[in-house]
Amino acid sequence: MATITTEGVSHVANLARLEFNEEETQDFTEQLSRILDYIGKLNELNTDDVPPTSHIHPLHNITKADAVKTSLPRDAVLANAPEPEEGYFGVPRVIDTE
Amino acid sequence: MSLYQLTAHELHDKLKAREISAVELAESVYGRIEEVEPHVKGYLTLTKEIALEQAGAADAGFQNGNEMPPLAGIPIAIKDVICTKNVRTTCASKILSNFVPPYDATVMTKLHQQGVVMIGKTNMDEFAMGSSTENSAYQITHNPWDLETIPGGSSGGSAAVVSADTAICSLGSDTGGSIRQPAALCGVVGMKPTYGRVSRYGLVAFASSLDQIGPFTKDVTDCALVLNAICGNDEMDSTSVDVPVPDFTQSLINDVRGLKIGVPKEYFTEGLDTEVADCVQTAIAELEKLGASVEEISLPHTDYAIATYYIIAPAEASANLARYDGVRYGYRTEEPADLINMYKKTRSEGFGQEVKRRIMLGTFALSAGYQDAYYKKAQKVRTLIKSDFDAAFKKVDVIATPTSPTPAFKIDERTADPLQMYLCDVMTTPASHAGLPGISVPCGFVENGLPVGLQLLAAPFEEEKILRVAYTFEQNTEHHLQKPEICNVKGKQ
Repeated sequence: MATITTEGVSHVANLARLEFNEEETQDFTEQLSRILDYIGKLNELNTDDVPPTSHIHPLHNITKADAVKTSLPRDAVLANAPEPEEGYFGVPRVIDTE
Repeated sequence: MSLYQLTAHELHDKLKAREISAVELAESVYGRIEEVEPHVKGYLTLTKEIALEQAGAADAGFQNGNEMPPLAGIPIAIKDVICTKNVRTTCASKILSNFVPPYDATVMTKLHQQGVVMIGKTNMDEFAMGSSTENSAYQITHNPWDLETIPGGSSGGSAAVVSADTAICSLGSDTGGSIRQPAALCGVVGMKPTYGRVSRYGLVAFASSLDQIGPFTKDVTDCALVLNAICGNDEMDSTSVDVPVPDFTQSLINDVRGLKIGVPKEYFTEGLDTEVADCVQTAIAELEKLGASVEEISLPHTDYAIATYYIIAPAEASANLARYDGVRYGYRTEEPADLINMYKKTRSEGFGQEVKRRIMLGTFALSAGYQDAYYKKAQKVRTLIKSDFDAAFKKVDVIATPTSPTPAFKIDERTADPLQMYLCDVMTTPASHAGLPGISVPCGFVENGLPVGLQLLAAPFEEEKILRVAYTFEQNTEHHLQKPEICNVKGKQ
């Protein structure tokens, strides 16, 4: 298993939509390296023929009837929105109108 | 004895006999809160107005002579990770500081059907990530047995309030030990039911293949009563399993003869505090004396459980916590430059350090080029850990171990080193990987007076065996009757 560099931390932070200053990047690099080093002990085990477990119960395709049901009223849903706008969730402009 | 000191089943008898009213009981608990909560700090939100209304409704039911459910009028505290309609639910995070759910979690709907009295929402590690409740964005909760120590985590508030008698019982959530470990450290009963036994609808998601809701109570009888109230398949949670729910009070049998208890040698190795080991060995010997047969077993992959957990849980968390983007609810940064900048600033300002660390770890483990080496590898080792338990439960009915390798440690003692904090969960994460039910019951005290927990595990959906062993142990010992003397409290030095 690989260790992680400060560049790696910056790359992962971007994927996770987080941003860190230089000091935080350094701290996370050191901490994550130590944790990944510890996690490396999993390589002691040969798991070539072991199937992965993603879930402990044998559940497959739980389906529901395709029926219309009452959902939460719009006002209740928007009550928690930081910037509701005309019945919608407001966000910074994403399309250039020029 | 004051009312707040009693158990739910004792209080139910008094309510039913009309010796006391639910309003009187709620007032007694709030009186206790005024006395000790400034020292314990277990609550993030108190809901007295709602509680008194609910208590009044329960009283009306009792006065009409109705057959009332066992939890009617019983004061209960709820971990702040469970959505409560119209009551702020923060997950102890700044990012949800103003979040007021427009709906109830399924467990809340079920508790309201019983007629419970909700006292308040309890403190926790932010998004349930931690083992000491020190990762709360709001406050440190203190262990009632020694206010300079942590209550465990992540459900530290829910454990502390039951221990401090500021709630009769409470709900927590357990992903890698977050019910069992604080229950052990605070000297109360805490149970994680089988994964899929309780609906997760309305439980704010951390690691979806591991998360499970469960009770903290003062004794095993109350544990069975709360399980009866909250268990069951729910169409709102497709991972809740459609199996019959027994009446768990039927398992409150004071007899362990004929039951086989396995003691895994891997849990009694270096890193286990010797006084904790002594308490747990004494407890196991007591169960043997009471007629259970005890044998040593081996769970060979135990030592890999933490490494596996700290890939799987952060990986799932990194996906689950992607929803906190400042768009639909929760905190949003001021004056972002553009949309991506809004996501980044909102998340970086809204999440605490441990949550960021786990999002980073999980995102890394799932990122291109690393997914097979980390995430898939961990899922394969999870299979090996689960297979260890499958093999063990062919030989024994119940497995007994310490819940935590140490008693409660001092506030700030482990915050500098995340890895040391992760190792707190070494005894609880294996069962989480296998989705097993597990309980922690008080089994003694170390020399400085801090409580120790005995963990009992069983095969999936065999909670009844755990309850029977735990009940028998409790009926023949007095550890669960001990109460902490919270210092600086009125009437004490």
